[in-house]
Amino acid sequence: MKRFKGFVIKEFYHIFRDYRTMVILFGMPLVQILIFGFAISTEINNAGIAILDNSKDAVTQKITNKLLSSGYFKLEANLSDYKEIEPMFRKGNIKEVIIFENNFAKKLETEKKANIQIIADASDPNTASLITSYTSNIINNYQLEMMKNQQLPMQINPEVKMLYNEELKSVFMFVPGTITVLLMLISAMMTSISITREKELGTMEILLASPLKPIQIIVGKVVPYVFISFMIAVIILILGFTVFGMPVQGSLFLLMSECLLFILMALSLGILISTVTQTQQTAMMISMFALMLPTILLSGFIFPIENMPLPLQVFSNVIPPKWFIIIIKNIMLKGVGLGYIWKETLILLGMTLFFIVLSVKKFKIRLS
Amino acid sequence: MRTILFILQKEFTQIFRNKSMLPIMFVMPIVQLLVLSFAATFEMKNIKMHIVDLDKTPQSRAMISKFKGSKFYTIVNYSDAYKIAENDLKTNKADIILQIPQYFERNLSKEDKASVQLTINAINGSAAGLINAYTFSIIKDFNSNILMDTYGQKLEMPVQTNTSFWYNPQLDYKTYMVPGILVLLVTIIGLFLSAMNVVREKEIGTIEQINVTPIHKYQFITGKLLPFWIIAMFELAFGLLIAKIIFSLPVLGNVGVVFTVASIYILAILGLGLFISTITNTQQQAMFIAWFFMVIFILMSGLFTPIDSMPDWAQKLNIINPIAYFIKVMRMVLLKGASFKDVLNQIIALSIYAIVALTLAVRMYKKKI
Repeated sequence: MKRFKGFVIKEFYHIFRDYRTMVILFGMPLVQILIFGFAISTEINNAGIAILDNSKDAVTQKITNKLLSSGYFKLEANLSDYKEIEPMFRKGNIKEVIIFENNFAKKLETEKKANIQIIADASDPNTASLITSYTSNIINNYQLEMMKNQQLPMQINPEVKMLYNEELKSVFMFVPGTITVLLMLISAMMTSISITREKELGTMEILLASPLKPIQIIVGKVVPYVFISFMIAVIILILGFTVFGMPVQGSLFLLMSECLLFILMALSLGILISTVTQTQQTAMMISMFALMLPTILLSGFIFPIENMPLPLQVFSNVIPPKWFIIIIKNIMLKGVGLGYIWKETLILLGMTLFFIVLSVKKFKIRLS
Repeated sequence: MRTILFILQKEFTQIFRNKSMLPIMFVMPIVQLLVLSFAATFEMKNIKMHIVDLDKTPQSRAMISKFKGSKFYTIVNYSDAYKIAENDLKTNKADIILQIPQYFERNLSKEDKASVQLTINAINGSAAGLINAYTFSIIKDFNSNILMDTYGQKLEMPVQTNTSFWYNPQLDYKTYMVPGILVLLVTIIGLFLSAMNVVREKEIGTIEQINVTPIHKYQFITGKLLPFWIIAMFELAFGLLIAKIIFSLPVLGNVGVVFTVASIYILAILGLGLFISTITNTQQQAMFIAWFFMVIFILMSGLFTPIDSMPDWAQKLNIINPIAYFIKVMRMVLLKGASFKDVLNQIIALSIYAIVALTLAVRMYKKKI
């Protein structure tokens, strides 16, 4: 036991004396949370638009003002000819062109009908469908305001309630997502690299020849990373709560235990990776390539899993972060207890055991 | 020149004899491109709806069948109490609850006004926004249908808008994501391989052997960079081919422009990687620094979220983000047919980037310990 303690202390020294890595390990959650919170957003604002006003009368002016004062749009150019649209789009500064037809106000007066054409740059289909629907909503609202005195017949009015997240804040996405991605990558990557490092530098032989049992070597390697990963989870939760008001509706103890379980899962995955690789480069590329993008894309962090094609939905079941994101979202936002998430917890537990058993089987105490 | 050729030969031998790295370098990116491009979608194909119909009249049933008929919605459950429905939302069995209140039909015909309640699980804000927009448009459609049935003529707003979607009329999200994901994969390969390369020689100690040879700095750096440059370019070409065949990626612009920009971009990325490699002592450090910058660059690059929505200061920060430039160029040229002139600014920016990064890398690499 004393030997083991000494080994763990040695590992701590190893990790903490490398200040560059430390700065990045603890700087990463900080920077990511700040970027997600302040810099990027999925909402539309200040989308560049161009207006081709063939009529230039009081009504088109009013509609234009209405659109520009909404905050969604920013006027990039006033066009005077249809031919200018294509080059404008190609330059990439505008997302939408709004075209008022000739004699707009006059037609509205005499024929009670006038047309606005909206052309959107749908190379980004998501933004295109959102901004066009905003545009037509603003135009419709303008009309409703204009004809307040006359009530249209038979109007169905949908009343919307956004449950769990009334203001559609993206913080509810990115705090759970960032925790998941960082815990997954740091735990798996750090462990796999630190073990293969000993192999690559040849110091693994020294460790294996020491009276420490292989299991003690592995556990000793892992302990510091459990500590670091757990600290990172705490940092993200505190930042999320203090800066962005991300609540923890459910039990904090349950949340932290689930984090610990997930960390253990990622660490055992890291050990497994290290048993099948010989160089740090390979270990890193596996934990980086095979884990990073799937963790971001197949876990439901950014893109909802239900929208994916069926084979991918099935495949996403073997991605551990998927289950963890469900668990922490449920605890943090819906405030549910273990009763609601025991299934996901069991799955994570099963994966952890699977990785541990597999790496014990693959672990070689002899050098080839 | 001969010296460089020999270094090249050495590097290529080292790359290709590492049997565990080969599949990671050549197979993994392609597999990821194929799999992840399908995953990265915001298209709502299967909105799970729970219906609480408290009215039970022909009109309310007509509205429900409107949703049933839409390919975007799956009706997962019906119930008579909102409480039951909310539980479905809580357990993720449903994404949205449509509640049609009692006297819906009566109010609609007698008072010309009736409401329905939509409750949406909004944890994923952007998905909730899209679900909301879809549902609104279906209700609006239904509304104009019943007006048509009752009054026999179209009653509509005086100002009519019609929308056309250029470049991608089907609103296929994949064609938007594929070029971006391709950039990402090429970047990961280029940045990490180069960042870990020189530092690996340092860590293992073989750098000293090279340092005592008469090889010049520039020869050494060229020998280190060229193999990865070739590999990255090859992967880009191969990836584009696959994107064209499998995802029928439209290639409106000139592929030559893409490859011109790519050749500069990869130089910039390799320069950055090499620079990281020269200022670090262990592969672990190099990897973490490369990872740190890459994650930030990716998040800010507009790959997943529109750059326009970012605040001004964040958009200005993107001046030093090579990934943002290249993703923009790829999308502009491939999807919109932008010409060389349209992307000139990006080319200049990336060239400056490449020159600065390479100069720094050469300067920082010292032939001593």
